[in-house]
Amino acid sequence: MDKIRPLIVDDSSVMRKTVERSLRQAGIDLAQVLEAGNGAEALGIVKESAVDLILCDINMPVMDGLEFVRQLQSAEVVKRAPVVMITTEGSESHVVQALSFGAKGYIRKPFTPDQVKEHVIPVLERQS
Amino acid sequence: MKSASDVSTTGQGRETWLPLLQIASEEVFDIMLGAKLEPLAEASSLPPSEITSMVGLAGQLCGVLTLRCTVATATLMASKMLGVAPEQADQQLWDATGEICNMVAGNFKNKLTGLSDKCMLSVPTVITGGDYTFHSLADAGTLEVMMMFENHSVVIALEVHS
Repeated sequence: MDKIRPLIVDDSSVMRKTVERSLRQAGIDLAQVLEAGNGAEALGIVKESAVDLILCDINMPVMDGLEFVRQLQSAEVVKRAPVVMITTEGSESHVVQALSFGAKGYIRKPFTPDQVKEHVIPVLERQS
Repeated sequence: MKSASDVSTTGQGRETWLPLLQIASEEVFDIMLGAKLEPLAEASSLPPSEITSMVGLAGQLCGVLTLRCTVATATLMASKMLGVAPEQADQQLWDATGEICNMVAGNFKNKLTGLSDKCMLSVPTVITGGDYTFHSLADAGTLEVMMMFENHSVVIALEVHS
């Protein structure tokens, strides 16, 4: 698999770094890592930059992750950049909603690098 | 990860909540920090809290989950979470403790079968300093677990509204 350019969307900078670290521990080769603190920032980034994968929290200020995925669905970029949710919100309704909006995977916090690998690699393989 | 049915066969009564809170906390520290929480031998040996992280729960379960510890403990949590030395993590301690508190709250509510869909979490708030009085409107009691994290004490409490 080629190096990928992920966008990590979470209002916690520590969590963004933790997700990046887990991707590396999962053996995923990363090029530049892009970060956003909420859904609105993330929408701005995907309009300006090429992104291969988006990892997105749900509970965030300004624009939450579900609204971000909903708005992203209408954008061309979603076809190139699959979204995997990474969130403490583990309810069935959140999972169903996220998937119906176009998310390709759902990881519950707390998560291990193995869980990241298990959910992210198939998504990237389907995309390539 | 364990769920309510792993802990108790007596249903979803409140008696299962304390062990679930403890398990939820242990799992978060184990998975995200690579650290085992141990039971605190003596509650009287607790140092004064310097950092308090809070996450609100609203819906079928209303309340506030708090995580209290010292600055040194919070710095160690941030360092473990980021995989860096403590001296490189001291500016991240508020963010890290807020996230850990958030994950404990989320992990706890996800273990209560049927509740996950009916309870929302707030974003975390972190207070620095210990000279304050916490006035919760909770009227249905407090669940509290006191644990040792690498020789540092951590207190995790859930103030429950009826």
